[in-house]
Amino acid sequence: MNSETLDTLDSYSKNKYKYGFVTDIDNEKPKKGLNEDTVKFISLKKNEPNWMLEWRLKAFSKWKKMKEPRWANLNFPEIDYQDIYYYSAPKGFEKKPKDLSEVDPKLIETYNKLGIPLEEQKVLAGVAVDVVFDSVSVATTYKGELEKLGIIFCSIGEAIQKHPDLIKKYLGSVIPAGDHSFSALNSAVFTDGSFVYIPEGVKCPMELSTYFRINAENTGQFERTLIIADKGSYVSYLEGCTAPKRDDNQLHAANVELIALEDAEIKYSTVQNWYPGDEDGKGGIYNFVTKRGLCAGKNSKISWTQVETGSAITWKYPSCILKGDNSIGEFYSVAITNNFQQADTGTKMTHIGKNTKSKIISKGISLGKSQNTYRGEVSFLRKADKARNYTQCDSLLVGNKCGAHTVPYIDSKNNTAVIEHEASTSKINEDQLYYCRQRGLSHEEAVSLIVNGFCKQVLQELPMEFAVEAQKLVSISLEGSVG
Amino acid sequence: MFLEIKDLSVKIENKNILNGLNLNINKGEVHAIMGPNGCGKSTLANVLAGKEDYEILNGKINFKDNDLFDLNIEERAQEGMFLAFQYPVEIPGVNITPFLHSAINSKRKRMNEEEIDNLSFAKLLKSKASDLGINIDMLKRSVNTGFSGGEKKRYEILQMSILNPDLAILDETDSGLDIDALKIVTEGVNKLKTKNNSFLIITHYQKLLDYIKPDHVHVMVNGSIVKSGGSEIAAEIEKDGFQKFQ
Repeated sequence: MNSETLDTLDSYSKNKYKYGFVTDIDNEKPKKGLNEDTVKFISLKKNEPNWMLEWRLKAFSKWKKMKEPRWANLNFPEIDYQDIYYYSAPKGFEKKPKDLSEVDPKLIETYNKLGIPLEEQKVLAGVAVDVVFDSVSVATTYKGELEKLGIIFCSIGEAIQKHPDLIKKYLGSVIPAGDHSFSALNSAVFTDGSFVYIPEGVKCPMELSTYFRINAENTGQFERTLIIADKGSYVSYLEGCTAPKRDDNQLHAANVELIALEDAEIKYSTVQNWYPGDEDGKGGIYNFVTKRGLCAGKNSKISWTQVETGSAITWKYPSCILKGDNSIGEFYSVAITNNFQQADTGTKMTHIGKNTKSKIISKGISLGKSQNTYRGEVSFLRKADKARNYTQCDSLLVGNKCGAHTVPYIDSKNNTAVIEHEASTSKINEDQLYYCRQRGLSHEEAVSLIVNGFCKQVLQELPMEFAVEAQKLVSISLEGSVG
Repeated sequence: MFLEIKDLSVKIENKNILNGLNLNINKGEVHAIMGPNGCGKSTLANVLAGKEDYEILNGKINFKDNDLFDLNIEERAQEGMFLAFQYPVEIPGVNITPFLHSAINSKRKRMNEEEIDNLSFAKLLKSKASDLGINIDMLKRSVNTGFSGGEKKRYEILQMSILNPDLAILDETDSGLDIDALKIVTEGVNKLKTKNNSFLIITHYQKLLDYIKPDHVHVMVNGSIVKSGGSEIAAEIEKDGFQKFQ
């Protein structure tokens, strides 16, 4: 983390949501609304082969017959899919810029405001960044170095053009288009996202990172990310996002698929800070995310770490299908809700193979008038001999107008399975606050410190680059409701 | 006057705890308050530190030319008041080093002093810890978490030596300490003592006063001070108990 980034973090730790600026870029959009023509327009704009268009259209026809899942502990109005733009790309981006000088300077400025100066990040942090702005990938760094190792790290759009075999084989293999309405929607209209392939035996030497950012008004974000770790490989992937302030609710329905083959490991970390709406609950992002990983091979491992502080509505269950024998799935989560935010998040661990292990650590913090739900499903299929799960869910309440809910489902068809579940709900401890303040810390600093301590078990799973940012974010998310 | 408590009456949940208490402490003095259980000793410590559970019925407290009731908990701390807790609370996940670093800087900020940077602070912490015979590994742990009683008290003294308060209140710091731990803790206090700071030592037993020599000893019964004098009073209490003061 360089000093400029830290300065930026400092400056936004002051108050409210500082990313509420909008970059004035001439956006080229199709008409609002969703029909077959929209899907065709997107496919055409992205210059896609015919098989991809057909794949999308199939998904679209499934979507038409589906209804949004409504079982979550979330309250939101009907989404008008005909009142949304499904594609927005800054003009002139059909041809990819060769380097940063070809990029609209305003875009670069936006990134700088966000504290991700690409050039510096390249040098200082050693992070390769595939930045998604609106719907088109703008710049990918470190590509050369990764290429030498045979690692593919590019936009999903580019992968469709250049690596059709991998796409055909794996896209939708973990999250079928018809899984539920948001996966069908994403499959039909996804515009961009990242693609990663780590070849057999390769340990990716750096954290791969994507920053997302919603910019155009009324443009839903339908990111699609696919990560494949071939036999014996390793990759750590970071996803972080912020969004500019808007009054209209914005729909976000990303799909992320991970595939870990034999002895491979994927570590996926997210810091999610989409615009949460204002103090009165106006505006904010609707975040309906589907993230699922398949531990396909023996001894494979997938771990999800998430810090969820943003969005008006979070509906998200990063899951693991533990198919390979001895495979491991992990889920570490911090979800903070403030004001009128609603979060229904958790995970699904599906034990299929023998000796599979899963671990769930969830920390929910509710403030203001928010509602925070942990929802998790751990299931053991018949052949999952000697599989194990450990689940720990802790909720912390700050104030007395918020809610914390824990909804664990356990389903075991194999009686050799071992399941441990611990849960706690507590209020912020007055004695701890008193102790901190007696040492000279302000009430707000004390709360932030205690909450950060409460989350530490999860935060320490994040790569260094993210951990500092995440701690700051945790503090920022607590502002305004303390006292 | 450095600390002046005048006619202080305090209640908590409809129960009067302090009744017209008077106490004056000058710069450079060590005062000890002794009293039986439930006499209000710890209440006095917490009222001085600013804990919000109490209702002040009457009285005034002046600290370093401030009306103490105008300052909240953290402002009092930043002005140089330190309370070594009887039962230091565990704060899981909060590492000692950044915790104390923030604490010292919030004080410096209020005093318009330059903040101390990471490196200098780490050095300061290490040297103070080794003065107190505290293992460096203990500095990697979370605040008070999983500490033994003795470790917690020793760690309170470490914090005190880092924050270098003008007025340190030790609330039954000796309770639960074996003799070796007591020696370490009291040595720490004696090292800190200067002409410019003051100590208010609250204790049930006079054992502690064998190691820290007070300038004044007060006997507290039923929420007020019933007798003041020198260390001879401590000896008197050891011999006869608190009975004759009640």
